[in-house]
Order: sequence, then C-alpha cells, then structure tokens
Amino acid sequence: MKTFKTLLFFGLFAVLSSFIVSRFYNDGYAIGDKAADFKLKNIDGKMVSLSDYKDAKGYLVIFTCNSCPYAVAYEDRIIALDKKYKELGVPVIAINPNNPQVQPKDSFEEMKQRAAEKGFTYPYLLDEGQKIFPQYGAKRTPHCFLLEKTEEGNIVRYIGAIDDNYQDAASVETTYVANAIEAMLAGKEIDVKNTKAIGCSIKI
Amino acid sequence: MVRLSFNIILMLLLLAGCNAAPEKPTEKEDISILMASQPKKVLKGERVTIRVYDFNGLEGLLNREDDKTYVVNFWATWCKPCIEELPSFEKLNAKYNQENVTVVLVSLDFPSRAEELLIPFVENRNLKSHVLLLDDPKMNTWIPKVDKEWSGAIPATVIFNRDKRGFYEKSFTFNELEKELLGFIN
Repeated sequence: MKTFKTLLFFGLFAVLSSFIVSRFYNDGYAIGDKAADFKLKNIDGKMVSLSDYKDAKGYLVIFTCNSCPYAVAYEDRIIALDKKYKELGVPVIAINPNNPQVQPKDSFEEMKQRAAEKGFTYPYLLDEGQKIFPQYGAKRTPHCFLLEKTEEGNIVRYIGAIDDNYQDAASVETTYVANAIEAMLAGKEIDVKNTKAIGCSIKI
Repeated sequence: MVRLSFNIILMLLLLAGCNAAPEKPTEKEDISILMASQPKKVLKGERVTIRVYDFNGLEGLLNREDDKTYVVNFWATWCKPCIEELPSFEKLNAKYNQENVTVVLVSLDFPSRAEELLIPFVENRNLKSHVLLLDDPKMNTWIPKVDKEWSGAIPATVIFNRDKRGFYEKSFTFNELEKELLGFIN
C-alpha cells in the first residue's frame, strides 16, 4: 500500500511537473495577446522601437536571419511585403534572434552586409541578449508575428509562415501573411491565424 | 500486369500492417516498403540512392504498427545543430539495429539542391541509417500531422512503436537519445 502511495505521489508529481515544463516551454504569444514593444539596434546603428512608427496601423515583426536557407529563400518576398504594406501602414520589422557567437554568419557585421547586398527596405535589428524572441515565442527563422496597433496596445493577429511554398514563390497557393494583413486592414476576421513551417531553430 | 503488381504491393502492405510477416532487420533494408506510396523521384549518387517522398509517402512510415521501434529524425545538411547530433543517431543505429530499431533520417534539404549537397554529404559521412528526402512544400498541412506540438524548427525527432510515441523538438546527445530509446524498447 505504501509503495502504491509513493508511486501515486511520484506519478502525480511527474504529470504536474511535465505540465509546468511544457507550459513554460510553450510560453510566448497567442493570438489576441498584447505584444511588448522593444528597443533594438538596427544595422544603421540607431535604436528602433515599434512606438517610433507614429502613423503605423500595425507591424509585421519577422524573426529572420542570414544563416538559415529558409530565411534566405524568403528575403525577396519579405522585401516585397514591406514595399507593399509599408505604404498601407504595416511596415516589416525584421529581428535576428540568433546568438552570433553560436552562428557567426548572424553577426551584426554580417547582418549589415547581407542587408546591403539584398537592399533590405526595412529595419534589420539584432536581438542583443536574446530577450525579445522568447517573449514573442519565436521558435525558428523565419517566424512572423502580425501586430495590430490599437488603443489597448499592439495586439497579435497572426503567427506563422509567410506563405505555403518556401521552395518556389511562383507556386504559392496561399499567401498567409498578405491575406492576414489585408483582412486586418479591412477590419475583417483573419481566416488563418496560425500556420506552421519548417525553419531553422534559433541559436542560443 | 500493372494491376497484378499493385495487388501484390497492397497485399504486402496489408501483411506488414497486420504484422503477419515480421521483417528481419538488416542493415540498409529497402525502406520503400515501409512507405505509403512510391517515391516521387529517386536520386542516385555514386554510392547511395536517396528516395524522395511527399508527406503522403512518409505518413505510411510514421503510422506503422509493427514490432519495431522507429526513430525518425528530421534534419538538413544546412542545419548546424542537426549535423552535430547526426553521429548520435548513427551510433544509435549501429548499436540497436539488430534489436528491432530502425533509424530513419528524413532530410528537409531543398530538393533542387539535393544532388549537389545531400548526396555528397551522405556519401562522405558514409551514413548507415536510412536517409530519405521529404519534398512537400505544404508544410502547414503536414507538420501538425507529424506532431501537433511541432513548431517546425529542426532538428526534431519522433520515436515510436505500436505502444508508445514521443516527439522531441530538441537536439540530442547520444546518452540522452539512448536513454529515451530505452524507454521504448524495455
């Protein structure tokens, strides 16, 4: 009987602790959460915050980097999104979440270089100290968070992939992010609010 | 004739599914029999052959219920932490493939560059575990079918047999991986 009780106790403990661990592990924003602002260094050396964009209606925050081929495959599409939606009040804010000591290709210098080569039209910030990506719950690069600026703060409206074909922009069937921005700007319900995609794990 | 061979394949699949014909684990058995469909492409290097599947094909493997334990690792040649943990999976394969454990390395390399990057990598490293290439851009459809908790980051690993299933979105050392596997085969 005693063994049974002990077993029960340990079983319960295991179940509870795994629950706590998984809660902790999955921490990050869900749709409808209020997203925190940040102050991170851009490739031009200036600090950038969401609140700097006085006229923005929202923000497309994308955790991305130099070193991940999936992120690189999306660079042109991110530039196109920024060009199109910045005009409509939803600029792209790119954040490199990787630790440059673990992945030297994602150093501040290399970020500058890549941005110049590709002609990034958006800020490309370094998550120095890696405080912001865990707050958002970014798990991989690229990982998008669409925020709507409201009186209550910046509300998370969409989390996930840019579209449904990383291999070939011409074969894309559903442009998840663009659809979400369009719906958000029109004040409509976003059809698909969460999507998954393969990406590189964030280097910590 | 086509119909006949189709029936034979179907029969084999059914037999395997019912576990009436347990396969003997041999090194580099042909795993195409474990898949649910024919490969969409077969890539041939000098020393290795890599079959390319869409998720429908891979799903057959992921849902197998026979007497084996499967360790399925999602990786890519460009993924640094994946490459770092690859020797652990190779070691696991070498140590346990005679004990009804099948290690499958599912590459998520860009299909357009597989011949240039994946084939030489598998040849140079002399990988003994099964390697296949998953070419299915509809990631939002198939990622949750592998595991609903998976964010899509790699490396990621599924360990399963007919009694138990575990999903791991993390890197493994050999000791961690072996410890996890022992929870399935003991």
